[in-house]
Amino acid sequence: MAKVNLDLPEVQIRELRLGSITGFQGTAKELVSAARCGLRDKNRSFSQCLGCSTGNAACMVVLIRDAAVISHGPVGCSSCLHEFAFTYRVNAPLRDLEHPTQRKIYSTNLDEGDTVYGAGQKLADAIREVHERANPKAIFVLTTCAVGIIGDDVESVTDEAEAELGIPVAAIFCEGFRSKVWTTGFDAGYHAIARKIIKPPRQRRSDMINVINFWGGDIFTEWFEPFGAKPNFITPYATVDSLAYASEAVATIQACPTLGSYLAAALSQEFGVPEVETASPYGIQQTDRWFRKLGEILGKPDVAEDVIAAKKKEYIPQIEALKKKLSGKTAFVTAGAGHGHSLLSVLAELGVNARGAAIFHHDPLYDNGKEESDALAQRVRDYGDVPNINVCNKQEFELVNQLARTRPDFMLARHGGMTLWGAKLGIPSLLVGDEHFGMGYEGIVRYGERILETIENDEFVKNLAKHAINPYTKWWLAQEPYVFIEGGAEAWRAS
Amino acid sequence: MAGIIEQERYTCAIGALQSVVAIPKAVPILHSGPGCGNMIMGFFERSTGYAGGNTSPCTNFSENEVIFGGVERLRQIIKNTYKVLDTELQVVLTGCTAGIVGDDVESLVDEFRDEGKPIVSVETPGFKCSNFEAHSLVVNAIIDQYVSLHEEGRPYRSSKNTVVLLSSVPYQDPFWKGNLAEYKRLLAGMGLDAAVLFGPGSGGVDEWKRIPEANFVVLVSPWYGEPIASHLEEKYGQPSIQFPHIPIGANETERFLRTVLEFAEKQGAKIDRIAAERFIRRERDAYYEEIDNLATFLLEFRYGLPNHAHIFHDAGYVISLSKFLLHETGIVPREQFVVDGTPEQYHAALRDELASASDKREIPLYFEPDAGKAQDICRNLTHSGRGLIIGSGWDKELAKEKDYDFLSASVPSPYRLVLTSHYAGFTGGLRVIEDIYNTALASYR
Repeated sequence: MAKVNLDLPEVQIRELRLGSITGFQGTAKELVSAARCGLRDKNRSFSQCLGCSTGNAACMVVLIRDAAVISHGPVGCSSCLHEFAFTYRVNAPLRDLEHPTQRKIYSTNLDEGDTVYGAGQKLADAIREVHERANPKAIFVLTTCAVGIIGDDVESVTDEAEAELGIPVAAIFCEGFRSKVWTTGFDAGYHAIARKIIKPPRQRRSDMINVINFWGGDIFTEWFEPFGAKPNFITPYATVDSLAYASEAVATIQACPTLGSYLAAALSQEFGVPEVETASPYGIQQTDRWFRKLGEILGKPDVAEDVIAAKKKEYIPQIEALKKKLSGKTAFVTAGAGHGHSLLSVLAELGVNARGAAIFHHDPLYDNGKEESDALAQRVRDYGDVPNINVCNKQEFELVNQLARTRPDFMLARHGGMTLWGAKLGIPSLLVGDEHFGMGYEGIVRYGERILETIENDEFVKNLAKHAINPYTKWWLAQEPYVFIEGGAEAWRAS
Repeated sequence: MAGIIEQERYTCAIGALQSVVAIPKAVPILHSGPGCGNMIMGFFERSTGYAGGNTSPCTNFSENEVIFGGVERLRQIIKNTYKVLDTELQVVLTGCTAGIVGDDVESLVDEFRDEGKPIVSVETPGFKCSNFEAHSLVVNAIIDQYVSLHEEGRPYRSSKNTVVLLSSVPYQDPFWKGNLAEYKRLLAGMGLDAAVLFGPGSGGVDEWKRIPEANFVVLVSPWYGEPIASHLEEKYGQPSIQFPHIPIGANETERFLRTVLEFAEKQGAKIDRIAAERFIRRERDAYYEEIDNLATFLLEFRYGLPNHAHIFHDAGYVISLSKFLLHETGIVPREQFVVDGTPEQYHAALRDELASASDKREIPLYFEPDAGKAQDICRNLTHSGRGLIIGSGWDKELAKEKDYDFLSASVPSPYRLVLTSHYAGFTGGLRVIEDIYNTALASYR
């Protein structure tokens, strides 16, 4: 069955659409094989603040250059979005944007009365006011828990406004309580974009490749140049127009499949843009495969071979040199699915022994349904198993427990807040924000150098560890990390 | 009915979880959707304290709890919080989901309290009010459900020189920690022992237990926190003296201290007036030694310094910074913007307070929680000379558009770190001066 259905206002949540889960403890190999037979999610009897879909949906629309975003809810449901306004300004030079404009972010500021009487009219008025004030090319409306429960008909309100104003007005259904998998927010944002922004192609452009990504540095202009193509970055820093004609691209690639899964599938199924389905290019072997797949789709397999050969000639010796220095070191990884799996491949190339990973959730397969997109399976196949894979749902208490237990030489993290716990334990910890940093052969070199630097400059974490404040009880740190996962320790030992 | 808000400068009721984070070794437990804690963490930034942010337990409402209620889930989370986290006070805060679904959190928390746990519950669904207002709900809930259980051996108002200090909302005021420490030091100079409920200068829950024996309340606030003062009056008979804004610089700090002194004497506190006056004189002299030394720079610096300012902040900062800039730096406050959602009934008094800053000029004052709209007003203003904008990170972009100097002094702001520095008091004024003129000087390169 097709995963993408643009006739429906709401995207189906990941738990139902992909069978994604948020709790698991075992090895990488066990997770991959269990995932092929269908995973059953496990609840926790203790949990900490997690994050929800609305923030993820927001980050895929707030950075569209000429759009405005309305959060339909109480004022708190959009209170972290100023961070994306900062990102937009600070990273603008990476995308050759000289004058980043102020981000247009609004809240309908619902109060108690609105939850009793409904807030549809308030939203309708807000859309018109925002149109007047900001004159955007499109307006996105993010839904919130309160609105989801009281049952405002957001779809009708946005459709009516769209007809009246003559610009796309897209509802994004991303209430926090709907899904336990917060990346559902990406899908919700993309669903709205695919329904309301992307237009049927007028032509097929062999010189344009869609890159689904966040806001990292541009490595792709150089990568695509030999293929005679340019990146079309979506969705951050895109314009409403450039998004609309993403449908004309020759292919779609993604920085991370858990990010772009839904949009890549929608572009492929609905607009005929082929997706590079092989997992993202992390590690030497996967980078080989990825360039070959790209060459195949573009009809330029020779170019791909030339690129691979030239790059390998340049970077393999550097990787070998780094490997000598890092060989035998141990690491722990914490990151979102997809990206975390990729980092495990990068570590393997550097000769680092991964002691485990706390990965936020797990998608058995992505929207394209292809096993070749599964970066964890690819990691296991290329480099072997990884112990202590904890699908942790961003639960800090489990991470702290695992770190204290595995005591790696360093920790790699993506997503804020996690390095603190490495540092408190005196473990050198590195967070790389740029999602493109580790890609390709050169990415292995870049990571290797940063890891060496992190291990070398450990004075700060060693000092912090001496004075660290730790709210976790001794009892907890002495338990197995999964005692609060449904079934507890016994279930896991039995399996 | 409240209108839309562009560029939020405050957050919703559950944002008052930061008032719990501000109490040493206390933990907020969220009975809310999964994203609430993250939104608050992202709003304030670098604000996780002992057990806030990703450490805070949360029921992470899912569809299941929305349909069937989340009380059992909450019971499980609270029970296990005691196993996993080492804390001295637990405050359960509810979000929109629990609020609409109607979970009876109070009864559940009562059960734990009956077992002797130091636990408190408070309703903070986001649609109820702002975090400025919810701060009072949280403090009053802790007083009623925790402090009141520890009154034995602490007769009401028995400690004549002890005062309860209520000032800005923790984290919402980026200088809250430093300001509290400075108030405590200044009040000690008056011979008063301030019970400080938040921050590193507070003794955590033991400090809260001192509340009943305090003689009176010192409330430094334009409007928020008033419900705490009236609650304490009702509960413990403690009268309060309210100063309408943070005192910045010599003029207002002196006025603040004298106001408190006079009130303390009336309340029967033992005040050594001579020692108190000596303290004030020493502080003032030290302050003016700096201003005296600086005046040549302020008057003569020939390459240009700001001569006028717009401020986007809460009512307390807008009024105090306006007064301070005008009289103690020579920067003229032009149109000012209160973006904290001050309820209408306070507007007139606050306008009068600002008017008292000068008998020869009027300072236009806007109350506009829709800060994007406030910016639009400011965008269309022109004044001669070099301008300064004091506000949040959002205002840096406006300052750039207008080619004004910019000082970040309000949340949310990714552009500035504030650790323990303070703007309150004599030395706080000096810090404001350093910040403004360092910003201006940094433009020369």
